[in-house]
Amino acid sequence: MSADANDGISRRGFLAISAATLGGVVLAPGIRLIEIAGARAPEQAASDKVRWGLLIDTNKCASGCEDCVKACALENGVKSTGHARTDPQWIRKVELKDLRSGRTHSVPVMCQHCEHPPCVDVCPTGASFKRADGVVLVDRHICIGCRYCMMACPYKARAIVFQDVTDQNPDVPRGKGCVEGCTLCVHRIDHDRQPACVEACTKAGHNAMIFGDLNDPQSEIAQRVAKYATTQIRADLKLNPGVRYQGL
Amino acid sequence: MKSNGTGALAGRIARAICLLALLLPVLAFASDRVPKPVISIDKPGRCVEDTETMRLEHPDMLKHQRDQTMREGIRTRQRSLKECVGCHASTKTGSVLGEKGFCQSCHDYASVRLDCFGCHASKPKLATGAKP
Repeated sequence: MSADANDGISRRGFLAISAATLGGVVLAPGIRLIEIAGARAPEQAASDKVRWGLLIDTNKCASGCEDCVKACALENGVKSTGHARTDPQWIRKVELKDLRSGRTHSVPVMCQHCEHPPCVDVCPTGASFKRADGVVLVDRHICIGCRYCMMACPYKARAIVFQDVTDQNPDVPRGKGCVEGCTLCVHRIDHDRQPACVEACTKAGHNAMIFGDLNDPQSEIAQRVAKYATTQIRADLKLNPGVRYQGL
Repeated sequence: MKSNGTGALAGRIARAICLLALLLPVLAFASDRVPKPVISIDKPGRCVEDTETMRLEHPDMLKHQRDQTMREGIRTRQRSLKECVGCHASTKTGSVLGEKGFCQSCHDYASVRLDCFGCHASKPKLATGAKP
């Protein structure tokens, strides 16, 4: 155990040094493009010491901006089938308005990656599951397409695929008859990359989304969550989602 | 008398049918009526295991790897379907499917349904700068 921990630290230190020498990776003190704490070898299983999360700053999220939605669709191969009502939806923009003050918000809503996910509770086959690092996924190999999870999810975050899918991204297999939802771009985060939505938001200069390890006190997301008031949608349900909103 | 004659005839026909049934597979193979799978490997080099092992055990390997990748996030490349497709896709069609595709031709021959590619990409990712 202790040997492992030491290995982790020395590796982390080494990565931090190499990242610093490369330059450009450290944007500002405490702000890193790559979450070094999440680095793990391909043969290493996801660890429960990590809790991946998203922080969305609603003050920076512009109304009408769909950069994250487009990036998600492109990355995961979610295309319109010409049937808008039944098209799968991984992430959507929701416009909110406080009727008393007239203040408006525009926020992206996707799978909230709950600590206690209702979709996992209701799944009859065990296809809906939570990975050790907090990512809630659907195992399509055993999903029977019953859609219980879609009904159980308070965030309407899941969708079923009604039509045959072709030309998938090799990293994101998806097909007819299975339920799907945001995977936090698990194929990217396993390679220490940011989810596509976060990358697109940062690239466009909005900086409204931060991705990182909520358990790592050094990560930007954990520091922001500790410093500013952030909310979880439907916190009353006590599901403890990994997606948090600032300024809502 | 009459019934005896009919019985003998029926017996002869039955024997003939039995013989034909036994001979059918032999005839079929002898005349090449069943198209053999096309095993063309465009990329040189050896697979992760020897051919016999691969033929026998590739479903188990893939299933084991799939559960590890899906459930635990272990993304070693050696036994992943993505690597199989990357190496075995035809240089002509760019796919492992199709009449002469590496996967489909064999699965058609063995009459085993190939479910993987209902969801998984049958073509390797084009080099558009994205990391594997």
